[in-house]
Amino acid sequence: MRMSIVRRLAPPFLWGALVLLAWERFVIWRKIKPFVLPAPSRIWQQLKLNRSGILDTAKATATNAVVGLVIGVVLGVVVALIAQRFVMVRGLISPVSAALNTMPIVALGPIFYNLFGSTSDVPRRFVVALVVFFPVFVNMLKGLTQVEPVHEELMRSYAAPGGSVLRLVRLPNSLPFLLTGVRIAASLSVIAAVVVEYFGGLQNGLGSRVSSAMKLSATAKAWAYIAAACAMGLLFYVAALALERAVMPWQAKRRAADN
Amino acid sequence: MNAAVEIVGVQKVFNAGKSNRVDALIDVNLTVETGSFVSLIGPSGCGKSTLLRLVADLTQPTQGSISVNGKPAKQARLDQDYGMAFQQAGLFDWRKVHRNIELPLELRGWDRSRRRARSQEMLELVKLPEFADHYPWELSGGMQQRVAIARALAVDPALLLMDEPFGALDEMTREHMQGELSRICAATGKTVVFVTHSIPEAVYLSNRVVVMSPRPGRITNVIDVELGSRVEDIRESTEFFKKITEVREALRGIEADDGPRRGIEDR
Repeated sequence: MRMSIVRRLAPPFLWGALVLLAWERFVIWRKIKPFVLPAPSRIWQQLKLNRSGILDTAKATATNAVVGLVIGVVLGVVVALIAQRFVMVRGLISPVSAALNTMPIVALGPIFYNLFGSTSDVPRRFVVALVVFFPVFVNMLKGLTQVEPVHEELMRSYAAPGGSVLRLVRLPNSLPFLLTGVRIAASLSVIAAVVVEYFGGLQNGLGSRVSSAMKLSATAKAWAYIAAACAMGLLFYVAALALERAVMPWQAKRRAADN
Repeated sequence: MNAAVEIVGVQKVFNAGKSNRVDALIDVNLTVETGSFVSLIGPSGCGKSTLLRLVADLTQPTQGSISVNGKPAKQARLDQDYGMAFQQAGLFDWRKVHRNIELPLELRGWDRSRRRARSQEMLELVKLPEFADHYPWELSGGMQQRVAIARALAVDPALLLMDEPFGALDEMTREHMQGELSRICAATGKTVVFVTHSIPEAVYLSNRVVVMSPRPGRITNVIDVELGSRVEDIRESTEFFKKITEVREALRGIEADDGPRRGIEDR
């Protein structure tokens, strides 16, 4: 088991190291100006230099992402449950949500700052929740409705009431779908939380520091904050993956057997 | 003997009044005596599965009446008078084997220890006692099908409805499962209605083989099979082959007015 983790993690890490090395050599070789493209070593310096600032701002952004993520997931699940239960609601919500999904929600940031006030975190969390809502809603609804016909007939032969079918079949059936949605949503929540900061509002997050560093042509510093945002995105993704394994032991066991 | 299933003048039409109207069944009359094993056999599309689903009240007849254990089919379903097994095992991925078997018991409000004892008993019946704590994906297709049968038997229904439960299995497993089912039914005295498209399977398992014709589906022959206790040797006996020939000929009779047979296995 331990061996397989090392073997699985080795290639991406090796690749990452190679890319960083190539980047470093390229910048030195082409004599590229630091404010155009800083070398990784310079970004690393900035990371060390701004450690406490990065941690503080990362905390603010992460809080927005987590709060928005939780609200969005809960909302997505609840609306999917309602849509599953009432066909009319489904017919109403599904096309609307599909249309809204094609919209760049993050771009609505300035409008929400205007609506909720630019001195609070509320508009940011609102945007994150909205971005998160769609993948969760769509996947959850799929899981609730795509029940195997044989399972439906079986429950019918048991004369099982609707509540039992929901609890014993639909909900567990939707779990893998929901967690796929949450995994997508976890990455999206970080992206949304960072990017929405580019549009102004409070100056307390990673995104706002990136944009202010860029305005000062402190490119290496901006990169340092971007690196922190990448790390946060990865962390969220891994957390969602861990949740998936914890919640679905029957699949985790299967995956372990496949490896 | 009284009747476990009584089918009188049943007709089933799909898409009535539309251009794609299908007469699935017309004028079907059949009585299944308590304690007997009845197979429904016929070419694909003869409505044998539809007939079974009518008995299970998973669909309703266009005309005619069906009674199960002396009451309307719907009431029998609501009272859970029958156990059903489908062509797919239809186990739930997220439940361990024993919890799959316990599902119908859970719905009946049995407490945990009683459920557990029952599922273990059922697993012993289908000869899988050591697999209680496995997940379904860890079992082979044949083992999954046995779990599905254990689940159907768990509530101890007097009537068992089986829709090609061995259809997806290989020949070896299939014969083994037929032996098991035959043994279980002899031990528990169940009434079984069994849909199949395999002639030897029907003959091996049944007291009566009901031969059906397609489009519109109706019963053409009912053949009684008296082979005595089902031991493996029966498959080699002259009586067994005689009955197979009889069923085959009954099915040939259908061929005369509806072209070549489809979906019948001679093996």
